[in-house]
Amino acid sequence: MQSFFKRHPVWSVILLLLIAGFVWLIATPWPPGLEQVMGRKRIFLNAVLSGITLGALYFLVASGFTLVFGLMRNVNLAHGSLYLLGGYLGYEIANATGMWLLAFPIVFVLVGALGLLLQHQVFRRMEGEELRQTLVTIGISVVLADIMLWIWGGQSYQVLSPDWLSGPMTLPLVSSLRSNGDPVYLTYPQVRIAILIAAIIIGLAMWLVLNRSRLGMLIRAGVDDRDMLAASGVRIQYVFLAVFAFGAGMAGMAGIVGGTFQSLTPGEDTRFLLASLVVVIVGGMGSIPGAALGALIIGLAEQIGLVYAPTYSVVFTFLIMALVLAFRPQGLLGAGR
Amino acid sequence: MTYAIRTTTTAQPTLLEKVPPLSWALALLLLVMPLFASNFVLFQIFGWTFILGMIGLSLMFLAGYGGMVSLIQMTVGGLAGYMVAILGTSGVPTISLGWPWWLYIPVAILIAAVFGTLVGALAVRTEGIYTIMITLAIASAFFYFTRQNYGLFNGYTGFNRVVPPDLFGLDWRQATPFYYLTLTCAALSYFAVVYVARSPFGLALQGVRDNPRRMGALGFSVTAHRILAYTFSSVIAAVGGILLVWQNAQVSPGTAGIPQVIDILVIAVVGGIRRPIGPFIGALIYVLLRVYSPDVLLAFGLSGERFKLLIGLGFLVIVFFSPDGVLGLWEKYKARREKQADPLRGGRP
Repeated sequence: MQSFFKRHPVWSVILLLLIAGFVWLIATPWPPGLEQVMGRKRIFLNAVLSGITLGALYFLVASGFTLVFGLMRNVNLAHGSLYLLGGYLGYEIANATGMWLLAFPIVFVLVGALGLLLQHQVFRRMEGEELRQTLVTIGISVVLADIMLWIWGGQSYQVLSPDWLSGPMTLPLVSSLRSNGDPVYLTYPQVRIAILIAAIIIGLAMWLVLNRSRLGMLIRAGVDDRDMLAASGVRIQYVFLAVFAFGAGMAGMAGIVGGTFQSLTPGEDTRFLLASLVVVIVGGMGSIPGAALGALIIGLAEQIGLVYAPTYSVVFTFLIMALVLAFRPQGLLGAGR
Repeated sequence: MTYAIRTTTTAQPTLLEKVPPLSWALALLLLVMPLFASNFVLFQIFGWTFILGMIGLSLMFLAGYGGMVSLIQMTVGGLAGYMVAILGTSGVPTISLGWPWWLYIPVAILIAAVFGTLVGALAVRTEGIYTIMITLAIASAFFYFTRQNYGLFNGYTGFNRVVPPDLFGLDWRQATPFYYLTLTCAALSYFAVVYVARSPFGLALQGVRDNPRRMGALGFSVTAHRILAYTFSSVIAAVGGILLVWQNAQVSPGTAGIPQVIDILVIAVVGGIRRPIGPFIGALIYVLLRVYSPDVLLAFGLSGERFKLLIGLGFLVIVFFSPDGVLGLWEKYKARREKQADPLRGGRP
């Protein structure tokens, strides 16, 4: 952070000004002139919050993807299928037991076990053959997608959030002023806020594990130099298995989250695969903070774009990706390798 | 199939002996096919095979000679199809401009080629699996963009009644004319790829694939060769895309959807990405599976919708056992038979 300010003083100032302007837009009631240009503040705030919560979901999906990629150099194009599978399983479990929270650990274990199986039976056999691994993951995603279509059909499912999380909550954000000067506070679905907080906690926990634990040390060493780590006596296959299972489990849990505040349909797998790809390309491959930053940017761009330029919102996402690729091919926080 | 056609157009006495008789037979078979094959076989099976084979061929050129596995080819074809619908005539007169055919076809190919080149310029900044990721991301972005944009791409429904122009008083969507149209285009693009692969540009491109640093040191521009390869393959993909749209008489976001993008990769890999004939073999296998597997599945008491599962499993098996696709299997078999026939290598004469 410090070195960034020293190396790019002008950019830092521009970035800080932008962030300050953004905070001002969110924190204060808007003057009438601005409302004429940009519409109601409530709409803007809703778009921003949807963007942040969507970014949280993208982060949950993409963090496993980026970890697996960073450690094993394996682009797991079946990641979206694991997401959708987790969502469907979560729906079944939540329906059968009536407990929404219980679905998370079970799905984590089930989808994580599938990840273990994939890593142990498929990817270990073709280590170092990146292209072949990628092709195999494509094949697996095609097969998984069709099996899921077979079992759950083409209709859309929605995982119901529990009672204590449904309904709106009032946020300490002023959306407008009444004529008598009283502030009107913004209300927002409680479940989305809960998911945002959960994503932040998971992100922090991942950061802690990666930076403060022995396993994290092994993973970071593996990302930097896999061969050297194996040569120093670490059973790297176990690290691979652990990371792959964790990444798969995360994708599965993200599926429940996605099923709760959006819906589960065939085709969602590719949508979230695309989201993970873009997030990881923008944020930097193999970097957890990069995934967080990328997810935030892409989520915000998508939702704000959807509000202010409905038929062009995908273009924003794409433009961001193209700009990052053009000026910083390794991603915003990627290590230039 | 088209491997065989090569012999008919370059028929010189010296080549006559070089070319295996099997290829001659295949070429003749393809040329006289309309005499005995039904309209369904001509239009649906072979027309579709040639079209998918061309788009697969454009991927094969990039992957086999350039070492760049690009998933953008179907999207380039889809864009060309959209351009034909937008610039030419379609069932949506409010958007279509109604240009004459000699104008809109070249312009559509040009636009698609420019798009492919731009994507290539982005993609060549990265290497290997990153290229797959970036091209897949752009391809899906194109799909979602066409689906939500109504001003230009007419959103979810797309364009219907996009038909080829009435040239020489023929309806080109009739089975026999369409068969020859696709056969000609496929053969031309096949020869173009074979020719370019042996030209100085193609040789330099293969050098770049094998060792970019050495080629750079020799004074070749690595980036320029790669981007130019994208341009060339985009033209082939664009022609294939236009034919595909004419065959279906409609273009919609699903024309270049993500499953279709993946299908092109499956076709090229299953056929084999080392030789230009590979994608056509892959396309024939794919089309046969697509058309007939529902019947076969129904015969076994399974639902006919499960053909995707069959294709996916077949793809997995091929990738698992033979990274060079069906052609690789064939070459392995041939090598083993030769070895068995050769007494010096342990076989019996």
